[in-house]
Amino acid sequence: MSNQNRTIYGGKVNREKPINFVFNGKSYIGYQGDTLASALLANDVHLIGRSFKYHRARGILTAGSEEPNAIVQLGLGARTEPNIRATEVELYEGLEASSQNCWPSVNFDIGAMNNFLSRIFPAGFYYKTFKWPPSMWLFYEHFIRKAAGLGQSPTAKNPDRYEQKFYYTDITIVGGGISGLLAALGAGRSGCKVLLIDENPELGGYLLDYNFSINEKDGKKWLKKIIDELNGLANVVILKRTTAMGYYDYNYLTALEKVTNHHVEFSSTLPRERYWRIRSKKVILAQGAFERPLVFADNDRPGIMMASAGQKYLSRYGVLPGKSVVLFTNNDHAYLTAFEFVEKGAKVTVVDTRDLLNARISEKCKSLNITVFKSYSVIKTYGDKKVNRIEIQQVDKNQNQLTGEVENIHTDCVLMSGGWNPAVQLFSQSRGKLKYDLKINTFVPDKIIENQKIIGSNNGQFNLQENLNESFEAGIAAANELNFNSVEKVNWTGKEEIEFTHSDVEPYMLGKKKVTKGSKHFIDFQNDVTAADIFLAQREGYISVEHTKRYTTTGMGTDQGKTSNVNALALMSHIHNKPVDEIGHTTFRPPYAPQTIGAIAGRSVDKLFDPERKTSMHEWHVENKAVFEDVGQWKRPYYFPQNKEDIHQAVKRECLAVRNSLGILDASTLGKIDLQGPDAAKFLNMIYTNAWSKLEIGSCRYGLMCNEHGMIFDDGVTSRLGENHYHMTTTTGGAARVMSWLEEFLQTEWLDMKVFCTSVTEQWAVLSISGPNSREFLKDLTNIDLSKENFPFMKFREGEVCGVKARVFRISFTGELSYEVNVPARYGRYVWEKFMEHGKKYNITPYGTETMHVLRAEKGFIIVGQDTDGSVTPSDMNMDWIVSKKKEDFLGKRSFTRPDTARHDRKKFVGLLVNDKKTILPEGSHIVEKALKQPPMKMLGHVTSSYYSPTLGYPIALAMLKDGFSKMGEQVVVPLMNGKIIEATVTDTIFYDKEGKRNNE
Amino acid sequence: MFIINCPYCGERDQTEFTCHGEAHIARPDNPSEISDEEWGKYLFFRENPKGTHFERWTHDHGCRRWFNVMRDTVTDQIIKTYKMGEAKPVISNE
Repeated sequence: MSNQNRTIYGGKVNREKPINFVFNGKSYIGYQGDTLASALLANDVHLIGRSFKYHRARGILTAGSEEPNAIVQLGLGARTEPNIRATEVELYEGLEASSQNCWPSVNFDIGAMNNFLSRIFPAGFYYKTFKWPPSMWLFYEHFIRKAAGLGQSPTAKNPDRYEQKFYYTDITIVGGGISGLLAALGAGRSGCKVLLIDENPELGGYLLDYNFSINEKDGKKWLKKIIDELNGLANVVILKRTTAMGYYDYNYLTALEKVTNHHVEFSSTLPRERYWRIRSKKVILAQGAFERPLVFADNDRPGIMMASAGQKYLSRYGVLPGKSVVLFTNNDHAYLTAFEFVEKGAKVTVVDTRDLLNARISEKCKSLNITVFKSYSVIKTYGDKKVNRIEIQQVDKNQNQLTGEVENIHTDCVLMSGGWNPAVQLFSQSRGKLKYDLKINTFVPDKIIENQKIIGSNNGQFNLQENLNESFEAGIAAANELNFNSVEKVNWTGKEEIEFTHSDVEPYMLGKKKVTKGSKHFIDFQNDVTAADIFLAQREGYISVEHTKRYTTTGMGTDQGKTSNVNALALMSHIHNKPVDEIGHTTFRPPYAPQTIGAIAGRSVDKLFDPERKTSMHEWHVENKAVFEDVGQWKRPYYFPQNKEDIHQAVKRECLAVRNSLGILDASTLGKIDLQGPDAAKFLNMIYTNAWSKLEIGSCRYGLMCNEHGMIFDDGVTSRLGENHYHMTTTTGGAARVMSWLEEFLQTEWLDMKVFCTSVTEQWAVLSISGPNSREFLKDLTNIDLSKENFPFMKFREGEVCGVKARVFRISFTGELSYEVNVPARYGRYVWEKFMEHGKKYNITPYGTETMHVLRAEKGFIIVGQDTDGSVTPSDMNMDWIVSKKKEDFLGKRSFTRPDTARHDRKKFVGLLVNDKKTILPEGSHIVEKALKQPPMKMLGHVTSSYYSPTLGYPIALAMLKDGFSKMGEQVVVPLMNGKIIEATVTDTIFYDKEGKRNNE
Repeated sequence: MFIINCPYCGERDQTEFTCHGEAHIARPDNPSEISDEEWGKYLFFRENPKGTHFERWTHDHGCRRWFNVMRDTVTDQIIKTYKMGEAKPVISNE
């Protein structure tokens, strides 16, 4: 039988539109307008999943986003999502969902054994048990993680698209219940730009489920008129199915809009979800309140739900969750639900913790044949996969204990109401302070920090009449404060059959009596935290609310304790006999509800996550089969393999080509900064360690930059192009950092210096040609006189290359005769191809970064960031030659004489040659004083660069070695990970052409 | 997330800016003449107050200018933003 729990009439589902769906492999039919939860209840499915720790049978507790129990695995394959609240999933054709945390099935779950072993799994069990020995944690963790946890993450890549929207508005209103709607109307009529956010598919909130009247007429019709007017206002934007997730400084909110994930067909044009980033001049919080559960033995069985949830299933979805119903309450308002259930054919019994009852309610109960047990409490429930019987007993509130006979009631549904808690999560995220209101027994907003208002039951105001007028006026006032004109106030008279009365908080219905063996009083349903766990935490000294939370994990589930927090605090207050205010509360943090990471990432995934930078010759490299390496965001050719060469063969061929004839490197990624101004030389004198005053126009000079700690942070060649004009180069990865460094000093320290810095990295394509034939080669392609006399080493000339205006720098990073040809970026590929064509007779060989590294290491040239690590001075690198003794001041200079930087036994930059002439030391290997069988060994330094040198025919390495300069010629040992111990000789860092003749040719 | 009033561009979102720590720490004019201790103070010592803090920010994704911000570290309210070279505002006792 299908939909056996559906009432004959009533509800807002469309009974003409049946929808097929599958739960745990079985097909069911629901109706358009159902949620997964309401459709399951309609089909008499109450067992939805198993609990986190004890694997207890769990059903549906609520009908909204606060649901702790009914969380399911939704969808299949790459689109599957874990921990989705069945109470929020709108039913769609073909929906597939399944239970979580159970094996082999939700009905027969092996893990349920934990429930019977629960006496050995109290709070803190894992902390206490798996503490020793420390090394075993990794082993235990594997099994604990497997046993715990809820749903499964998808293993395939998510195929959906997520969007982000940046939005600016005058007023954002969170919550589309009666308060939010009226505030939106007040502000909307005033003409300001309003954004109204609600997490449900339908506006109206709480009033959609209850009967009420406005000016003595049907309230539902009035509500529709309000919503229609709002829909007609052009300045009001309404977002449904949108949950406000985070509330940050300066009224910055994030919200997640479900765009297509309530359909099975994912749209090709629409995103699955849209992540709103909202900046708002004013925020009005109108999120309403959550009904509070009552705490009694085995209060977690399927069939036990909140009274307001029962009301919603009945009135909105036409689902009667039980036929023999018990309402367990401590307040008047919940009686409305009892009346509604009787009207729809259920038999209802009320268990009320109070001894006095409003005469009108009493009478109505009598007339509807509702038995009321006054001053009674539910003390235990029974039923394997659904509640079937409860025990009740009289409560002596003065003595705080149970008295009299235990009575039995057979039931198939228990509705409970322990009062209401304002949904203060967002308010608290915005750093608003809460206070405990003794009148209504819950935390309410106190001090507001942001430019914000909080209204309605969200603010602890539950009276309909007062909410109507106050909310509307709050909207007008908010607009007014933003200088919009006031609109007329309206006086509505709103009435509910039973007004809200405030209730005691009932933390623990058994009072002083011992917990019944084998039963559990759940406080936090999702994380399986019981009253006994809270007691235990207090006994063991975890008394602060933050400690109790972490020790017991109460409030730490995916529901973040929306139903449990206040009960936990009330119980702590009860244990310590202190007011709840003194117990305090834990901090609320974003997100308000679980959200997809995809939405936060938006379009910033894959190639759009981090930009890729490509040089103007990039496509040529691709066409010529370059293997690429990432250098910062740049794609640089790593090497150019030919005919199935591996990296070693390719690099060897490329190195020898440069040393013997001609190589070409795309050096466009090098950072380039154009410096102009009358103080440029003075500025360079402060930035670099060496002197710049005497550099002639047309000359180049290598420079080292240090930070104020005296540590090397970048290097490069800077050339003087004109009287007040310099061209600075930096490392590829350091370009942005250096630019910021220059700007920092110009803008914050030396405001009087007249220098202008412009990044020109991407304006120039750089072709670096290197090798003994480079002059012969270039001579035919340029009008620049390349003769040794006219264009010596470390000079710069302008002219034409291949008919293109070019800047040519005669500098060398290989130790060979080299020219760095700079042409405007758009000519990069043109000139490159001309070079390749003309270079054929010299066997011109394109080479990549690996060959560049080998060639420079043969010459002992450092790479900042590889041979240095931010903790070495120029002196450590044996580069005192580049540190001016004459300059009074430059950045970093003062730090060179600090005792630690001046120490002689610091690690120094040396060369290493392995004695076996064949082992290539792994970069990062440690040099030790004495090789032992296992660590610890006294370390003397480490290898920073290491390669096989094709030019020399044996491996070379560069290293940082303690007191290295006085160890020249000495033997050191380098133990490898594979157990081998390699012996090496300390040398200087220049392995090839020590006199530097070749680049001076 | 803050809204920062760049003295050159006006109010912009915090994502466009970077904070660079405490402001008004002048580089000594005569580093070679001061003691290690004084140099160490310039390099390493910062106020970290609870309350009004003066800090340097740059509008990286905007005008790329450096400027100073006077911010309350308790409330995160930005009290004032001002250009480099302008005098440090006086903290009122309110």
